Amino acid sequence: MGREASIEFLRGLRDEAPILVGVAPLGMIYGVLALRAGLEAGAAQAMSAIVFAGSAQFLFVQLAAQAAPAWVLLLTVLVVNLRHALYSASLSPYFRRLGPRWKALLSYLLTDEAYAVAISRFVVAPQEARERGHWYFLGAGLALWTAWQASTAVGIFLGAQIPSAWSLDFSLALTFIALVVPVLRDRATVVAAAAAGVTAVVASGLPFKLGLVAAAVAGIAAGLLAEGPGGRR
Amino acid sequence: MSRIWPVMAAAGLITFLIRLSFIGVLHRWRPPRIVERALRFVPPAVLTAIVFPEVLVRDGAFTPWNPRLAAAAVAALVAWKTRSVILSIVTGMAVLLAVQALWH
Repeated sequence: MGREASIEFLRGLRDEAPILVGVAPLGMIYGVLALRAGLEAGAAQAMSAIVFAGSAQFLFVQLAAQAAPAWVLLLTVLVVNLRHALYSASLSPYFRRLGPRWKALLSYLLTDEAYAVAISRFVVAPQEARERGHWYFLGAGLALWTAWQASTAVGIFLGAQIPSAWSLDFSLALTFIALVVPVLRDRATVVAAAAAGVTAVVASGLPFKLGLVAAAVAGIAAGLLAEGPGGRR
Repeated sequence: MSRIWPVMAAAGLITFLIRLSFIGVLHRWRPPRIVERALRFVPPAVLTAIVFPEVLVRDGAFTPWNPRLAAAAVAALVAWKTRSVILSIVTGMAVLLAVQALWH
């Protein structure tokens, strides 16, 4: 690593740091709830490294606890993580020259939080980003990765101490409520949420968690309709 | 739950391939506008689809008036006012335990 590369790497670390304050509690909550959902400590920790995607991990443990079939779990992970394809598309010009190992490593580290920090820098300094942006992204991504693994471990440790008499299972639903409220920013997202919620309740009797799939489709369709053909203004 | 490991590995692979998609392979493809627009609605739709039955349905029956509804409403209000996940969970759980204690 040359001097300029290490400067970019450290800059990425530093710029990611403020975000870690918000990420660490989520990692801990995930650790606690994964144990409560019935995962073994080893599996709960491994998921943070293997999947490494906050909301997908929360949904995964919730659905696994409800004994949803594997294909519903995987379809949910696919749909929820599809947004990463957009991040991938938006970052690809900056990483085009890199070798396959770099591309694989940076893709593994691609999360909402690393993307948000990196793209706001790349857009401001595109020339520099094409030359050394991968070091910046590596710094930001590794900072987040380390914080996520460590906070998961703390959560698993804490989860093992909490008596099971506390009805903590509902706190996963409360976590989803806290995550969904900030994304309800306009009429169309509220319509999407309402349509999905009503469909999920009406279809909750369907087998194989099909109600969840139907509700997600209904919500997305309702959001698009509410937004109208022109898109967001 | 021993079957969790292969499902988890598959979930990890799916996530990785989505992230690799454009960086690794499809440099030039631009997603259709409708796909970009639709993705914005995935979080509100999926999260709400999980939460609503969890709060309103018990043992397969529509049972809206229960302690979880009060807890969910307070948690939503706290999330809206503070944007804090921790605070929303803590107040929501406190309301749940308090209402459960009074209910009986």
